Amino acid sequence: MTFKLVLLWTDAMIFLLLAVAIAGGWWVRQRPHLLLPWRRLFKSRIGMVSLLVLSLFVLIGLLDSMHYRLALPAKNGTVQTIYAGEVLSVFDALVVNLRNQTEKTYSAPLAAYLYAKESMETPDGSLLRDYPRLKHGGAHLSNPQLELTSDVIKRSLYGMFSGWLGGVLLCLLIVSIAAARSRTSARHWVEARQGTPLNAMLATVVLMAMLIGLTANLAGSYHVLGTDKVGQDVLYLSLKSIRTGLVIGTVTTLVMLPFALFMGLAAGYFRGWVDDVIQYVYTVLSSIPSVLLIAAAVLMMQVTIEKHAEWFSSSIERADLRLLFLCLILGVTSWTGLCRLLRGETLKLRELEYIQAAQSFGVSAMRILSRHILPNVMHIVLIAVVMDFSALVLAEAVLSYVGVGVDPSTNSFGTLINNARLEMGREPIVWWTLAAAFSFMLVLVLAANLFADAVRDAFDPRLNRTGDA
Amino acid sequence: MIAYLIRRILYAIPILIGVNLLTFLLFFVVNTPDDMARVQLGIKRVTPEAIEKWKQQRGYDKPLLFNAQSEGANKLTETIFFQKSASMFVFDFGYSDDGRSISHEIRTRMLPSLVIALPTFALGLLFYVTFALLMTLFRGTALDVAGVSLCVLLMSISSLFYIIGGQFIASKLWHWVPISGYADGVDSLRFIVLPILIGVFGGIGSSSRWYRTIFLEEVGRDYVRTARAKGLSELRVLFRHVLKNAMIPILTGVVAVIPLLFMGSLLTESFFGIPGLGSYTIDAIQAQDFGVVRAMVFLGSALYIVGLILTDISYTVVDPRVRLQ
Repeated sequence: MTFKLVLLWTDAMIFLLLAVAIAGGWWVRQRPHLLLPWRRLFKSRIGMVSLLVLSLFVLIGLLDSMHYRLALPAKNGTVQTIYAGEVLSVFDALVVNLRNQTEKTYSAPLAAYLYAKESMETPDGSLLRDYPRLKHGGAHLSNPQLELTSDVIKRSLYGMFSGWLGGVLLCLLIVSIAAARSRTSARHWVEARQGTPLNAMLATVVLMAMLIGLTANLAGSYHVLGTDKVGQDVLYLSLKSIRTGLVIGTVTTLVMLPFALFMGLAAGYFRGWVDDVIQYVYTVLSSIPSVLLIAAAVLMMQVTIEKHAEWFSSSIERADLRLLFLCLILGVTSWTGLCRLLRGETLKLRELEYIQAAQSFGVSAMRILSRHILPNVMHIVLIAVVMDFSALVLAEAVLSYVGVGVDPSTNSFGTLINNARLEMGREPIVWWTLAAAFSFMLVLVLAANLFADAVRDAFDPRLNRTGDA
Repeated sequence: MIAYLIRRILYAIPILIGVNLLTFLLFFVVNTPDDMARVQLGIKRVTPEAIEKWKQQRGYDKPLLFNAQSEGANKLTETIFFQKSASMFVFDFGYSDDGRSISHEIRTRMLPSLVIALPTFALGLLFYVTFALLMTLFRGTALDVAGVSLCVLLMSISSLFYIIGGQFIASKLWHWVPISGYADGVDSLRFIVLPILIGVFGGIGSSSRWYRTIFLEEVGRDYVRTARAKGLSELRVLFRHVLKNAMIPILTGVVAVIPLLFMGSLLTESFFGIPGLGSYTIDAIQAQDFGVVRAMVFLGSALYIVGLILTDISYTVVDPRVRLQ
């Protein structure tokens, strides 16, 4: 089967960010003094557990960022391959069942019957008004009323057991590979890592594996989180939303960082009119309430996008560019805070002796900024970046509700909530879409908040520590 | 003091000019009025005449910056910039797309916004500070840990959830209050209780945690040790000494937002159907009413600057050491 790779703008940004993170990690590894705060982070139990949870989200997001278009079956006589208009991702291919097994309309989680009654024709020809069976959810059962509960329990137990087995095997594999690399026995390797919360980390891996096993095993024959108004699987929609959340949380920071770093350092180091101009710019930007600035900019962007319909070859590209624009605008509204912090820190640093020494040696300003000041403000940048992440994920949902968020066709927590917000008024209520969106968001944001706290504790030099190695 | 205030107000003028220029760029240069007309009219109804009519109705049929066809001073005044942007300095916002005066709308909608926002703000501040002081009182104990964990959990929940969940429980399950709506006078009480409570609840996580950090910083100071050494009870130390000294960092965040209360809360007002400025803004955004959005941007930043000046004044009130010069 042939396919054509598609690289969307946000995909490129995500992979750029990944490359930067890997390169940064490699760079820090070479330098013991930079490694020290990271070591502290690796010893924090909450930090490491939340990092593991976050990395599961990141993995899903990365798989969902590898896009391609499949070739259509070749017709007779055509030489040229034609590609389908639909852009898929590797993640879509992995969960192809979730994607394709759609129902007619709402159905509750783990249900075998539809939410709404329908008129059906019975074999003897009379009309009957009842809840029809689902096309996919519980379709293998001959009598759902009797068998559903026991089948669900059986499948959950089996799924959890296989997940547990897989998780334990994975942990054993990781530990033995790590031990083999450092040429010791596995027992020795574990004992040498007293400070690292290995137990908690391995337990998290096993728990996550059990959860994945449970969901995967149930999702094969049920809609674990129900279906939405047009019958799409809510679990699939929630999983697809993760990528959008991650893009908003990380790419926004990526686009704002160069501005904030450059402006903040320049204002603090050069002072004088440079400082005045930069302060003026960020005061103007921060004096506009951010929701209004975002709304104004997004409205204008919609006009531009509609004016230049010829820029985009497919609707997914248009939605993607809108997502990128949204990140840019969010970046513009959020860089002022970081810029102010960096300016303050640079003002303090430039008076220190080692900077004055460098100045009297005749080191150029650019070199002082990049060699002597930049490394010493990096902890502020790192803390600000991880702290902003959760706020941005939450902001996306609000903005999409207001109508200035992502494109309505993009899967995101905001669009999911927005489409489902009238469902609480139905009788009986349809609670599962909202519950799924809010729970996924809660887990993501909570993990990010806890991780951010751990990062701040490890990197903030103002916190006094005792007993550090 | 007076001289300082005058200087601050003078400093506000270039910032407002900056905001004004930015909105002008955003609304009239990035996309010309022709583009806006096309989007608003929809693809089917776009004809050159329709666009001209749309522009004429809204006064967008003039040159952007310089009108060569007019005489004398009119060369500058008969332009979009002068009539649409510069006029905002005297709070003349023009008309919205449905033909009503934006200034009049703002005046009538300000009250409902305040009726919700002021109690939310006051009750919230009281509650958060009390909660934070309690956590500080029990610092280092399991209660403190539980309080902080609760805060982290609460701040990880989307504000949309508080509103949707609150409406569901209070209005649909328990039938306490109507789901949404608004009335004038005393009758409004049953409509505003729920939004206020939800507003207060939604802020617990981040605010209480923030105040706790401030209090913990103060608790480590020398004067606190002195107060304890002379035999004051811990409660007295916290409420008489720590609270007073922590006022400065608290005020920095709090006073600045007071003027912005006029703007109302976008989400709360739109969910509860309160005819305030927040729902006005949301409706304008959803109807793509550019005039209203522009007016709200300008009003918002003007209020923000008022807030900054108020913050400075409040410093001198709570802290006699601060002299404004």
